[in-house]
Parts: sequence; C-alpha cells; structure tokens
Amino acid sequence: MLKAENIVSTTCPYCGVGCNLQLHIEDGFIYRVTSPFDSVVNHGNLCVKGRFGYDYIYNKQRVTTPLIRNTRQKPGERSQAFDRSEWHEASWDEALDYAADRLVEIYQRDGAKAMAVYCCAKATNEDNYLLQKLFRALFRTNNVDHCTRLCHAASVVALQMAVGSAAMSNTSAEVIESDVFMLTGSNVSENHPIIALQMKKAVQKHGAKLIVVDPRRIEMVDYAALYLPIKPGSDVPVFSAMAHVILKENLHNPQFIADRTENFEAFALSMEKFTPEYAETISGVDRQLIIDAARMYATAGKSAIYWALGIPESTHGTANALSLINLALLTGQIGRIGTGLNPLRGQNNVQGASDSGAMPWHYPGYQAVDREENAQRWEKTWNIEAGGLNRQRGLTTTEILSAVHPGGVQALYIMGENPMMSEPNLNHTRKKFEELEFIVSQDLFINESSAFADVFFPAASFAEKDGTFTNTDRRVQRVRQAFPPRGNARADWQIICDIAKRIEKRLGRAQTAYWDYSHPAEILAEMGSNVPDYAGIRYAAIDKTGLQTPVPTEGHPGTPYLYTNDFPRGRGKFHPLEYVPNAEMPDEEYPFVLSTGRVLEHWHGGTMTRHSWMDDLFPEALMEINAVDASGLGIEDGSPVRVTSRRGSIVLRAKVTPKANPGVVFIPFHFWEAAANILTTDAVDPQAKIPEYKAGVVRIARAFDSELTGAVPAQQRGRY
Amino acid sequence: MSEIINLTIDGKQVAVPPGTTILAAAREAGIEIPTICFHEATTSNALCRICVVEVEGARVLVPSCVAAVGEGMKVQTQSERVIRSRRTILELLESTVDLSEAPEIQQMVVDYQAVNDRFPQAEERQSLPIDDNPMYLRDYSKCILCWRCVQVCAEDAQYTFAINFSGRGYETQISTFYEIPMPESTCVFCGQCVGVCPTGALKPKRQWLLELGRTPDEIMDLTRGERRSRRRRVEPDVNEQA
Repeated sequence: MLKAENIVSTTCPYCGVGCNLQLHIEDGFIYRVTSPFDSVVNHGNLCVKGRFGYDYIYNKQRVTTPLIRNTRQKPGERSQAFDRSEWHEASWDEALDYAADRLVEIYQRDGAKAMAVYCCAKATNEDNYLLQKLFRALFRTNNVDHCTRLCHAASVVALQMAVGSAAMSNTSAEVIESDVFMLTGSNVSENHPIIALQMKKAVQKHGAKLIVVDPRRIEMVDYAALYLPIKPGSDVPVFSAMAHVILKENLHNPQFIADRTENFEAFALSMEKFTPEYAETISGVDRQLIIDAARMYATAGKSAIYWALGIPESTHGTANALSLINLALLTGQIGRIGTGLNPLRGQNNVQGASDSGAMPWHYPGYQAVDREENAQRWEKTWNIEAGGLNRQRGLTTTEILSAVHPGGVQALYIMGENPMMSEPNLNHTRKKFEELEFIVSQDLFINESSAFADVFFPAASFAEKDGTFTNTDRRVQRVRQAFPPRGNARADWQIICDIAKRIEKRLGRAQTAYWDYSHPAEILAEMGSNVPDYAGIRYAAIDKTGLQTPVPTEGHPGTPYLYTNDFPRGRGKFHPLEYVPNAEMPDEEYPFVLSTGRVLEHWHGGTMTRHSWMDDLFPEALMEINAVDASGLGIEDGSPVRVTSRRGSIVLRAKVTPKANPGVVFIPFHFWEAAANILTTDAVDPQAKIPEYKAGVVRIARAFDSELTGAVPAQQRGRY
Repeated sequence: MSEIINLTIDGKQVAVPPGTTILAAAREAGIEIPTICFHEATTSNALCRICVVEVEGARVLVPSCVAAVGEGMKVQTQSERVIRSRRTILELLESTVDLSEAPEIQQMVVDYQAVNDRFPQAEERQSLPIDDNPMYLRDYSKCILCWRCVQVCAEDAQYTFAINFSGRGYETQISTFYEIPMPESTCVFCGQCVGVCPTGALKPKRQWLLELGRTPDEIMDLTRGERRSRRRRVEPDVNEQA
C-alpha cells in the first residue's frame, strides 16, 4: 500500500468546471487523484478525465526535448512529420535562436501582418498574457486568437452587445437555488459532468424544474419536466416564440423592462411574427411545448438559462444567444441569486485566456484595441514608444488561416492548440498549413498540427508548472507544480520569456517590454495592474479557494453572481431578431444534419486523452444515428458507414441509439482516424466569426470494414 | 418546538439545533466518536454500528450518525457496553475482511484492544481482484460493505446506478447487475466510488500496478496506444477517392 505522503492541490486541466484536485504522487508519478469534499466547486466529485486522465504526462510518445525539422520546409510543399526520424533533437539555445531568427526575418521582411499566434485555452492566464504580449509588443500585430473563436465567440459577442460582459452570470453550484432552469445546446453530463451532477441534484433534491431544448436526446432529458427536440438551427424561432407567448400572455416584467433595459418596443414588434405555430413549422417542436416552456420559465420565482456550444457554433450564433438574453431581460430573470445567463465555457481556461487578451480585438480585460486610450495604457505598461502598438483589429482564428497567402500571414506560432483537428473544413485547413512559411509549435506531443511545424518546443504539463486557471464561473484558481517537467520540457511562460528576449534583441528595441519574471505571480500582477477585474487577485488570496472575478481590490471577496444593480453597459439592451436558416439545409443529396461535439472520455483534438488510458475506454469514433434512419439506410449497430459532405468524406462505425433524433446524426471530433471536421463547414457567423460546427449536411452510405482507419474490435459499453 | 436542544454528552452540556445528529453534536463539543461507514458526502445509513452510543433510558445502543438529539438526553460515548460493542464489531470485521489497507480501522483495533483471532473458525471473505476496465480495480476481499460506493454512484452524487448490493447475509457483496463487467454497466468511470472507499477495496489501476512493483514506464507500456502497431496517419485526401 502506498502511503499518501506527497499530495499536491491543483486545478483540473480539462473542462471549464475547474474542479479542485489532489494529486497523489510517488517519484513524480501521479498514481491517484482525489478531491477535497469541502471544495466549493465540485464537492469532492470528479469525472473520468479528472479522476484518471493524467497518464498522458508519462506517455512515451511525449516530446521532452526541443526538436527542429531535418529538412527546411518550403511554403506550398510543407509536409507533416509524425516520425521522430524526420526531426533532430536540439538544445534550447539552438531551438530558440532558430525560431527567433526565422520569425524576425519574416517580420522584418513582411511586417506585422505576416505574424499570427494561436494562444491556448488549456494554458494558464500567465502563459496567455505573455504570448499575446509577445506578439503585440514585439511584432506589433493583433493577429492573436485562440479556440474561444471556435466555441463561445458568439455568446461573448451577444453578451457584450446586450449586457456588456462575457461570462456566466451565476456560480455553477447556484443551480440548486433556481426554481426553473433551461438547458440548451449543452450535453452537460458529458461535457461539464460536475455541473450535470449539480443540475441532477437540483431536480431530484431541490425540486427545480428542468427544460431541455436540444436536437439530441441527451441524458439530462431523463431529468427534464419539458423536452423540446428542436431541429438544429431553429433556436431563434423557438426562443423568440417563447418571448412571443410571454408578451401575449402578459408574463413579462414591466418594472424590470422599464428600470433596467432599453430598445424594448423594437424588440417586441419583431417578436410579433414568431408565433408558436410558425416556430413549430421551422423547429419541428410541438407548439404546446413551446407555450408550456414559456409559461414555466416566465412564471417561476427564479429561472436561469444554461447553454453551451449548440447555441454559438452556428452561422447565426450571435442571434441564437441574443434570443436567450432577450428572454432573461423580458422576464427580469437575471441579477438575483438563482437567475441569470450562463454560457458554460468549454476549456479549463477559456474564460481566463479571453480575460488575458488572447483575442484579436481586445487587450487583456476586453479593452478594445482600436480605442486610443487602451493602446496608450498598454504602451506605457510595456515600455513601447507612443503610437507603437497596432490599433487595427487583428484576425480571428478562422481568418488567420484564410489569410495564409503571399502578402498575408506567413508565420504561425501555436501554443497547445491543434487546429488540424479543431478547425472546420480540415482539407482546406491542411492546404493553408502547407502554404505557411514558418510554424512554431509548443506542445506535449507531435499532434496533427505540430507535425507541420519547423520547430517544436516541449512544454510542461499542467502538473509541472505554476499559474492560474479561470473557470467557467469566473473563479481564478491556482495551478501548482507537483514535480519538475519531464526531460528538458519547460513551462510555457519560461519558453515565451526566453524567445521574447531573443526576438527583442534581434529587433534592436530601445527599451525592453520586460521578460525577466521569476515567478508567474509577477505576471498576473502586471496584468492585474491594467485589468480592473483581476486587480485584487494575489496568489496568497487564492491559495486555498479561488476568487470569482470581478475582484477589483485586494481583500475583495469576489463576485458570485453578476448584474445585481446594473449591467456593465448600463441598461440591458433588447435585440430584435429575424430567423435565418443555417448555411446548409438538408436536401435530397445531403439529407442528414451533422452535429459534432465531444464525448465524456475524450478532450477536443485528443492530444491529451488519446495518449491516455482514456483511449482504451472509448477507442474509436462512432456516428450516433436514430434506429429509424439506420434501418432506412440498411445500417445496423456497428456497421461501417461512409459519411460525405460537400467538403470531404470519412468512414467510421455507426452507433444506433435513441440519443439521436431522426434526421440528425452526431460525430465526435476527437479522432484523427475519422476526423469529423473534414466534414464541417467553414461558413461563419458574420459578427462573431464562429464556424457552424453543429449543422452541416451529409449523406450516409454503407461502407466496408476494410475502409475503416485504425479500426479496433467492437467494445461493448453499457452507458450508450 | 424550541430552537435549541439541550443535552449532555459524557457529562458535558451541549446545545444544538433540533435535527442535529448525536454524532454531529458530539463533534461540535469536541468529543470524538469513531465512524467507519459514515462520510460527510454521503447519506448516513447506520450500517457499520461502530458509532453506537448509550442513551440513558434507551433499550439498545443508538447509532449516533443517524439518531437525532433530544431534549434532556444523556449520552455516554465511552461506556463499558459501548466499548464492548465496538470491540466486537472490529473483531468480526477482522475475522473476515482484509483490513491491511484500512489504517483508520487498524487504529481502532488497537484503541479498542480488539482480539484478532476472537473468531478463529470464521470464514474469510476471499475473492480475486476484478480487473475489468482500464481505470480502477475492485478487490472485494477488502470490502467491509460500508455502502459508500453504492451511495455516490446513486443519489449522493453521480445518479449512475451501476452498482448495488448483491446476495444476502454472508454472501452479500457489491456488484454490477448480474456481475457484468464494469464497461458493460452504466458506469461512467467517474471514480467517486474510489474516492470514498475506506479500505482500498477500490483502487486506481495505476496505483495497483505501482504497488505491485511495476515502474511507471512499464505501466505506460500497457496503454492501448503502445500495444497497437504504430499505424501512422492516413492523408485525409485519400478519403476523397471514393
């Protein structure tokens, strides 16, 4: 029996819940993970990833020494190198000098527009702050983005338009205070498992009523009072029809509307056409269910709305999110405990990476880059000459790759992300990667994107570095180094400082923007000096329990729920809405709608979980399809199928399940063997630039076993 | 009903709100009552009976984890009768279950001077560790049937209902339905059960392997990714031939 002698408290690196962990360690090996039962975030509960998913740290394929490609890659002929024989090991000095030389060469030749960076929602606030600082302060570009663009960008844009903020307004555990809560576009029991436990408890033990609006018959439907099985992309008609009913039946809150909102008349007028009958024809949801849901939501004492990526990942994602925000403003179900608007953030630190300025339109703290006073503030902090910072909005994640062409983006720095799995329309993404002149990858493994790189910086895992993550309910929590990085790997913030100094020297800058930090705490303090929401956060204050932003001053207790007295923009703004169909609608050639997403056992592009024993639990991609659709196609459970969209085609096994509603199939996007994003469309929301991952159209045909890539023996799992 | 209940525990005056358990009242007064099946995160079931106390006027010993305080109650947590009862419970556990990885219970055995061969004819519960999934092991020879794992799998946390009691009396054991392998059950491998197991009957697989003397490198060789032949990526363009 191992004695629990070395236990390190830290924060889970997987989803946005931000569970508190205790890593039990023997000689640098995590053999057991527990969680304190008095944790305010997860009350001692964890999911399979949080409890068991750390063996990737020790996977033999992990890269722990800097690598440089053997042959110089030419734009247009760049290839993927998964095999280590195509790389040579280098010292840190050699790798950093090489990368700095090439980046500076491109910058001095082509200027700021040639430079771009993908920051990382898995890395710490400090890592992200520094990487955006590097590109803004040294390369004078705002081409800084991360995967929030592919997840909640439309929610952020909509919330900023309507209330002036961009985060969950409640604490996750507050769901037990709600009388009614509506869950839409969120398979919460797989994607935010601990929040799902709190929701189940709210229903089973606290008498809350749950309304589920989702195109899949997810597990939470078992706990729902009402289930509205909408067709993908019919969110605006359904939620607007709820608003229509609330207005017609005088269930709105005139006092709240008068005191706290604006633009009500124009909004109310635009809701006229959204009758339940009209919404039924578009969404396929029985009109009576829409009426019942409207009454239930509006008449409850405390109602809250929770949503995830089913809402924003759409070409009308901003409108989808606005249709939810309108409901909260209309009924005044916001600003009190148990009421509010809650976009469940996906990654462990997507909230923090956004707060830290890993975004093309904002400096840290959502300070618009095109506002002079913001630029001046950061010029002062970073010792940059007046007018030195770029005032132009940068390119978003999706735009960065589209801009790869002569005269456009030439050099890409990727920290921890895997766009070759996570971008839509991967065949297009691949071509763009091939055209890049220089790629730096900073990661743990040679994943599908790093394989394209010229130089690879081996980074430390979450257990090998210090820092902070900000979870979905805005709680800033400590990440602690449990043991030194494996091999020659180094913490991201140290790598960034080292390359920044080299770049600064080569550029011959008169003054340094400052890169001599001795600990991440100093980095957070620098950020906090210009970001009011983080101004009061000190490592000592979050040693045991994290604080929820805004934390404006030292000693401030944090802010569990938002908008008690006013909204950050003053009044909440109603937005009139119109129904806009998806970029692609099913037709005879492509009769099925494809939704993509995650499964419980895996994480996004799979860099972590597919190098873990988690892969033994869920070893291959499965396409979920309804029994009626399956029998129409002559498909049985486990049959190989070829799924084809206008962009590409993959082969995988079918999973016949009642979780899929007729006409809609679902494929997780973790598996390179059958990458769902080969199929997805890169059509984006015009305001938020977020792609429509949740509603491409496909056709499905039987395939042969021999066409499967990386097939494994079928595994029986009870939970599906 | 008064807002505050007054009682004495081991002669000490204690005042607590109505509905408080005797265990909670005692802990508030700084009086320690031993527990085994009790856990702050699960519903108390009074299964193990180690927390029994003597209440003046009560016919039998009272399990303090579930019994609520009453006005004027006189509680003895260390009476001769209580101590004999606890000692017997520990001796019964010792005689049938492998407690080698339950340090807290071992300490109780010492504290209560339980005799480890009080029941020499007892049949030990013997079973081989069940290794049916990549995440955790189940070794029911160490199981004391405290029920915590079943509770957190059910309504105390996960609402997954993958495990429950099977069998009766001595044959009672924690099991999946029809003893199917864990992956075929509704288990989601959250490991809440592993987190609350007090005796090491449930254990992460990597911990188990490490304790068997395997090195981290050897353990990592057991992953599927290492086992399977290294098939490298197929160019997605190949798919377009169809």
